Amino acid sequence: MSTNIERFQDPGLPEHVHRNADHDPAAEKRAEQQVAILFLISALGTIGTIASYIWIHPQVYIYIPILGSTNVQQMCVGLGLTAATLCIGLGAIQWAKKLMPDTEQVQERHEFRSSDEDRQALTDTVTSRVEEVGIARRPLIKRTLGLALGLVGLSPLVLLRDLGPMPGKYLDTTDWTAGTRLMLDPANTPIRPEDLEVGAVAQVLPELPAGRERTLENIGKDAVLLIRLRPEDFNLDAERLSWTYNGIIAFSKICTHMGCAVALYEQQTHHLLCPCHQSTFDVTRAAKVIFGPAARPLPQLAITVDDNGFLVAKQPFTVPIGPSFWERNSQNG
Amino acid sequence: MTMKQPSPKRRFVTKRFSRIASLRRSKIAAPILVVAALFTIGTAFGVASALPSAQQTPVTSTSPLVSQGKAIFLRGCSSCHGLNAEGGNIAPSLIGVGAAAVDFQVGTGRMPMMDMSMQAMQKKPLYDPQQTAALAAYVASLAPGPAAVTNDNLNWERDGNIAEGGQLFRTNCAMCHNFAGQGGALTNGKYAPSLMGVEPKYVYEAMVTGPQSMPKFTDATITPQEKLSIISWLQNVNHEQNQGGASLGRVGPFTEGLVAWTLAIGLLIGVSVWLALKAK
Amino acid sequence: MADKKSAPTTRAGKLANGAATYADERLGSAGYIRKNLNKIFPDHWSFMLGEVCLYSFVILLLSGTFLTFWFDPSQRDVVYQGAYTPLSGVSMSAAYASTLHLSFDVRGGLLMRQIHHWAALIFMVAIVVHLFRVFFTGAFRKPRETNWLIGIGLLTFGIIEGFLGYSLPDDLLSGTGIRIAEAILQAIPVVGSYLAFFAFGGPFPGTSFIPRVYMVHILLLPALFLALITVHLMMVWYQKHTQFPGPGRKETNVVGYPLMPVYMAKAGGFFFIVFGVTAFLGAVASINPIWLYGPYTPGQISAGSQPDWYMGWLDGLVRMAPPLETHWLGHTISWNILLPSLVLPGIIFVGMTFYPFIEAWITGDHREHHLLDRPRNVPNRTALGAMSIAFMVIALANGGNDIIATHFHLTINGIMWFTRIGLFTVPPIVFIITKRICLSLQRADRDLVLHGRETGRLVMLPSGEMIEVHEPISDAKKWTLTQHQMPDALPAPLPEEALVGWKGKLRKRLNEAHNVQVPAATVTELKELGDHH
Repeated sequence: MSTNIERFQDPGLPEHVHRNADHDPAAEKRAEQQVAILFLISALGTIGTIASYIWIHPQVYIYIPILGSTNVQQMCVGLGLTAATLCIGLGAIQWAKKLMPDTEQVQERHEFRSSDEDRQALTDTVTSRVEEVGIARRPLIKRTLGLALGLVGLSPLVLLRDLGPMPGKYLDTTDWTAGTRLMLDPANTPIRPEDLEVGAVAQVLPELPAGRERTLENIGKDAVLLIRLRPEDFNLDAERLSWTYNGIIAFSKICTHMGCAVALYEQQTHHLLCPCHQSTFDVTRAAKVIFGPAARPLPQLAITVDDNGFLVAKQPFTVPIGPSFWERNSQNG
Repeated sequence: MTMKQPSPKRRFVTKRFSRIASLRRSKIAAPILVVAALFTIGTAFGVASALPSAQQTPVTSTSPLVSQGKAIFLRGCSSCHGLNAEGGNIAPSLIGVGAAAVDFQVGTGRMPMMDMSMQAMQKKPLYDPQQTAALAAYVASLAPGPAAVTNDNLNWERDGNIAEGGQLFRTNCAMCHNFAGQGGALTNGKYAPSLMGVEPKYVYEAMVTGPQSMPKFTDATITPQEKLSIISWLQNVNHEQNQGGASLGRVGPFTEGLVAWTLAIGLLIGVSVWLALKAK
Repeated sequence: MADKKSAPTTRAGKLANGAATYADERLGSAGYIRKNLNKIFPDHWSFMLGEVCLYSFVILLLSGTFLTFWFDPSQRDVVYQGAYTPLSGVSMSAAYASTLHLSFDVRGGLLMRQIHHWAALIFMVAIVVHLFRVFFTGAFRKPRETNWLIGIGLLTFGIIEGFLGYSLPDDLLSGTGIRIAEAILQAIPVVGSYLAFFAFGGPFPGTSFIPRVYMVHILLLPALFLALITVHLMMVWYQKHTQFPGPGRKETNVVGYPLMPVYMAKAGGFFFIVFGVTAFLGAVASINPIWLYGPYTPGQISAGSQPDWYMGWLDGLVRMAPPLETHWLGHTISWNILLPSLVLPGIIFVGMTFYPFIEAWITGDHREHHLLDRPRNVPNRTALGAMSIAFMVIALANGGNDIIATHFHLTINGIMWFTRIGLFTVPPIVFIITKRICLSLQRADRDLVLHGRETGRLVMLPSGEMIEVHEPISDAKKWTLTQHQMPDALPAPLPEEALVGWKGKLRKRLNEAHNVQVPAATVTELKELGDHH
């Protein structure tokens, strides 16, 4: 086995190659002109920006291939700004490339490491100063200092307590109770069973007591989807079947996965799809999850009809709606 | 100069014409002509009225338009939908779907479905408007169902409210068709199609009939006026100018990210390469 | 007393002299400034990527400040009566209404909104591409580990800052994203519902969230960015930039151009280039057209809802997660949320953070490195990087599975299953293929040194044989292709005592895998070849 392997050596920095502009005055002049033109275009760009801002009407639109019909002022102010900035950059770079000296230069790196003497001096200084602090010799100070510093960091955390209320039972309940009428969203009118045909859907919200304004927080819990199927399409146990009315079934619209609105109803397959993460629910089996990351079916709202023939809730939701949380007892849905 | 005698053939023809000419001048000629004319006109009229008329509207199940529709149905649709449109394993029943459903499905070319894939795709219609009307008449004759509409009798410009339409669209339609009606994915290869450039009557009929995966939106849940508002909004969105430049498909951050990763960084890397290259 | 020979004669010169003297009298800056004007910076196009990040950040500050003059970070209800008539009479938050106002009533308002958002996307793209460059060339090795840590911090905070930024207008798309973020918070065991209620000031959506994240978006995080970026740049300045190997370049020097005038012109000019490209996109390409999305309400959703791309991989992971939840003593733990959105990203980011130290442990290499690696010469690291990219791309693809499905006539179910399985099967395959490619490229380098460059010219020998003429490569190129295996470039073998126990055995295995290389060509071999090509 050969022990003397000769390896390639560093040939050093290559010979500097001069650019045209370095030795040819005509090329130099051309390069200067190029840079100058770029800076001039930038100037024109700025003028164009200001002129577009002032004189183009803000509601004029023009058709341009690829862009479609687009707002002229918006585009011209933007393109003016583009020319203004881009060309300064192109000019500066062209100037550096063609005219500024481009001989590669070498600079030595410096060692970061301090000398051993300096390191030793640091160690000595730190040791002696720590000795002067004397905390090792003063356990009483050490312990009480630890107590004070440890506690002082707690106050800021406690001061944040009023960021929000405690959740309490909020997540467990909605505005749906026995007898609450189902109201169409956004029309806010009550709905009868005969308003829906087989294959029809309706977005509903609970009727609120007079004087109470509906808030987004209410919608985030109360939104319900009504779907009508043929009664023979259902595959439900007796209890869940009793929560339907003549083929009409109601589910919470808030996805049990992460809270998006689930309203994508596929009429022929009887599947509900949530567009956020593609959880798929089977309406005929009480919104059982058949695909996707949701772990629980959509809570079903028991419905019936009141004396006037309008659809009403029979009872509140029997489980908390929406995404899971620690305190949720999710054993039964 | 002596007169040339006519040839024997000529003499025979002349004699015949003389005979017809003298008959023409006889007293019985006029009555015979009148009877012949009456006979001709009457026969012609009888023949003409026996041909089916395209302008006739079907009134009964035996009207010509319905018959035409039935003939087309048996030829082009019954193999899947059944001889009596009762449906079967591969296609649903058409009894009660109404003329609206037929006008929509056949008018947009979705039906007849050429391949047995997950969803009927919109394509060039196989039947012309007259044939489509015949089919619609036939299906409407089977059982009562929603009537077809025409673009002219949908007064969406007058009666539709764009802002209301937007609210309704976002509540009832955007979850399948996307916020700007660009379409969206359903499960297993089905999809809600783009609504851009769709004729108002097809939008209306689709809402009413709930084609394929789409649910029905009855007039009680979305009133006819509200449906017109939705159509107004769709027409507006379809023609809406882009306030900020190329729309990038109106599907959201997906295409924006693609542009950033291709055009934007591509341009910047391009300039960087140019910047570091030694000038000549 | 100024030396007459060096006294400035022009007016500009006199002015500059005056200013320098003024500063020096107070700060003693003369020597410092001179030294830094002469500072040498190496020039390679890939070194501009970090500058793209920096300049995008400046553009974000400038355009963002503009926007704050009109944006109203309030969730109070207003009824819109502005210029965009399709939303007339619609109830919405003041934040959304003020964004509409910016887009339709303020001249240049939409342009600035679009420049701001495009700059944010470019900022994140540039951070990731810059991270690739730093990773694949080994620029994170000693003494630059801290800069790597800062970089990972900038990446993480950048993702958060972007998410908060596009959520400020309170539109349907970004509001959906906030709903999902709230569900993640809520799913945290024990404290989840409390955290969610504290963050939102009550139940979702509440009216506190937008004002609070506004403060985080315009004050806290930008301040953090400024601090981190300053330290990041100071370290680059002090430690000097790395450089690619080549003739004349050593571990102990920097070869390039001085700050003044070349680097100032190029780097300064490049700021204007980045601004120009961003302004161009802002002028011609719509981004975040919130008037089409509509105002946020929890009862609505759009098909094809995605976050911005830098969160797309998180969305993809969440989509493909198995539907796992455990119910334990009346409590629920949602693994289907926690695993893809917190646990897995946590593992990935912790791994990324500690990579420099992990690699140093594997190689036992504790020397300073200022010369970059050519990626092919470190096959293991390059393959690991490619594998990680494959993982992220698959996750990202699943984030857009509904849009991919509609445009390529596929099914969301099929894409979901492909990515569920592919997430774990494709990266190892990519690792193997990449490592093999690196070794092949090393062999190609070796051939190039020993046999020269293929010229494409064919010559027929008298014997009738056809050969392709090879041209020997330059000495400079020979050096570049072989310098990585010079004895002082290779790390020392691991000491014996480090190889005991299971940790030691693992280290030994990883070390051996890491050191797999094709031997570089040597002069000896070249001489042995003689006339043979």
